[in-house]
Amino acid sequence: MLGRESNGALLAVENLTKHFVVRRGALGWSTGVVRAVDAVSFDIPAGSTLGLVGESGCGKTTTSKLILALETPTAGSIRFEGREVSALDREGRRAYRRAVQAVFQDPYASLDPRMRVGAVIAEPLVINADLDAAGRRRRVAELLDVVGLPERAATLYPHEFSGGQRQRIAIARALALSPKLVVLDEPVSALDVSIRAQILNLLVELQQRLGVSYLFIAHDLAAVAHMSRTIAVMYLGKIVEIGDADAIALEPKHPYTKALFAAALPIDLDRPREEITLSGEVPSPLAPPSGCRFHPRCPFAMPHCATEEPALRPESGRLVACHLY
Amino acid sequence: MSSVIDVRDLRTHIVTRWGTIKAVDGVSFALGEAETLGLVGESGSGKSMTCLSLVRLVPRPAARIVGGEVRLDGEDLLAKSDAEMQQIRGRKVAMILQDPMSSLNPVFSIGMQMREPLAMYHRLRGAAVTARAAELLAAVRIPSPETRLRAFPHQLSGGMRQRVVGAMAIAGPPRLLIADEPTTSLDLTIQAQYLGLLKELQQRHRFAMIFVTHNLGIVARTCDRVAVMYAGRIVEIGPVRRIFTEPAHPYTRALLESIPRFGARRERLTAIAGQPPDLASLGAGCAFAPRCPAAFERCATAPSETAIAPGHATRCWLHARA
Repeated sequence: MLGRESNGALLAVENLTKHFVVRRGALGWSTGVVRAVDAVSFDIPAGSTLGLVGESGCGKTTTSKLILALETPTAGSIRFEGREVSALDREGRRAYRRAVQAVFQDPYASLDPRMRVGAVIAEPLVINADLDAAGRRRRVAELLDVVGLPERAATLYPHEFSGGQRQRIAIARALALSPKLVVLDEPVSALDVSIRAQILNLLVELQQRLGVSYLFIAHDLAAVAHMSRTIAVMYLGKIVEIGDADAIALEPKHPYTKALFAAALPIDLDRPREEITLSGEVPSPLAPPSGCRFHPRCPFAMPHCATEEPALRPESGRLVACHLY
Repeated sequence: MSSVIDVRDLRTHIVTRWGTIKAVDGVSFALGEAETLGLVGESGSGKSMTCLSLVRLVPRPAARIVGGEVRLDGEDLLAKSDAEMQQIRGRKVAMILQDPMSSLNPVFSIGMQMREPLAMYHRLRGAAVTARAAELLAAVRIPSPETRLRAFPHQLSGGMRQRVVGAMAIAGPPRLLIADEPTTSLDLTIQAQYLGLLKELQQRHRFAMIFVTHNLGIVARTCDRVAVMYAGRIVEIGPVRRIFTEPAHPYTRALLESIPRFGARRERLTAIAGQPPDLASLGAGCAFAPRCPAAFERCATAPSETAIAPGHATRCWLHARA
């Protein structure tokens, strides 16, 4: 496609880091630093999906906010279509925000209850596109059709729709400005089980039709594995394993990934599974453990895991940050 | 073997402005000691209302139990007085809800909250209460329980809070434990820990367990039998293995097929068409018929339950005997 780099990476993230300074008390003295995202690197090729998994507090959402330019990175770079995002001028930043859109978890919270659906979907067009009212109406009708809703939906209010239909509306709004990358933050977890497959199918179909890339964030590992070409597993702000989705889902290497997928409870009764139940809880990101951040919970921890931080190294066709390999 | 809990033709109706909703519409099942029933279905299918009906905590006056029997160790709970019911809820039937903060009072310490039911239902006094509370916390593997008794709910993590709720639930010890989405608010690895803990407590105390969830993976791992609910009715009930390998009802089959599986890479998932039913405007026929790929003329009348194998029954005309 036009304007895309020949090496295919639409978005290239390198050593992306975000630290939050924690301030307490009346004087607001700094009492610590949370390394929410710590030197994270990954690529998202055009038309491809990267799945980001991990438990709450691992930095998934901060990563997505950095990419959506809702937070400013402490260090590291985000390159979009080969250009450094932090170095963009005003106009460049506007273009970037148009090209990167988001769909959030709860369609009951993300749609303004007092706006008609047509106005909800047209809002980004009013601000960013050079269209007259008739042109916007045509575009809204087109978008409703793309997400499988009747044209009549534009005249109704969000409360007149079910959860699945609302998520379709949110997807239509995200697609209004023909973005190149859509951040999907738990797009199906608020929906009924029987509706999830409909929305996942719609997302796959839209990707094939429009060539849009996804950053897919979810707790449901089977859904992530289904949707993604590449999976990145995060733990306390670091990527511990990243690589081909099928390889990671079927044969996880990092002990944390193993535990995560063992805990994911697939519905296949006879699938042989490695039983790893982790003890303890995720430590506070204010005081992450020394060395490998996973070592206090790791069933395979060795003495040097507590002192040396493992780097991401190639292992069986993916990158793993673990001293076992 | 006699059952711990025996529910027959339970009916709970909710009166609304738009008419009467049959939230629970003729639900029947029985559970023995140390047995676990998974109750699955979408929101509004009547799972939670079934559980609330068992302990007679349906939101009155809008909701009313209008018929059926709920027998706990042979005694009909629907015939008990409110005072007797309170004793039963305190000792014999325990509940764990999705959000531990809805079961814990944020302004009292863990110890205060644990001591109250112990004093009330077990007539423990003084140091014995504190000792018993600490013992219960230890049983759910909370480290340094004596210290934790002085903590307030906000000082504990989500997983710890849910363990505290678990500790209060097993104080009875109960004959029946109702767990309504107990792990939905927990992280994956913590969820696995908690499920393991519940199974272990069940082995020790031999209580029957009703596990409400929409996660079929949890059912596969923790339940002996599963009941699939749709629009207030159990449309299929049977042993977990039967239901997962030979689902009889088209809804059960569709649910199982719509879930992504590891390693079985397909371009498209088999989606269930349409939307979940609106309970206020249900017709007389099978509630799933409008979304069912196999629907035919007979589906305009409601099918009754048909046994298709030992312990396996479904409500579907495809399986009804002529």
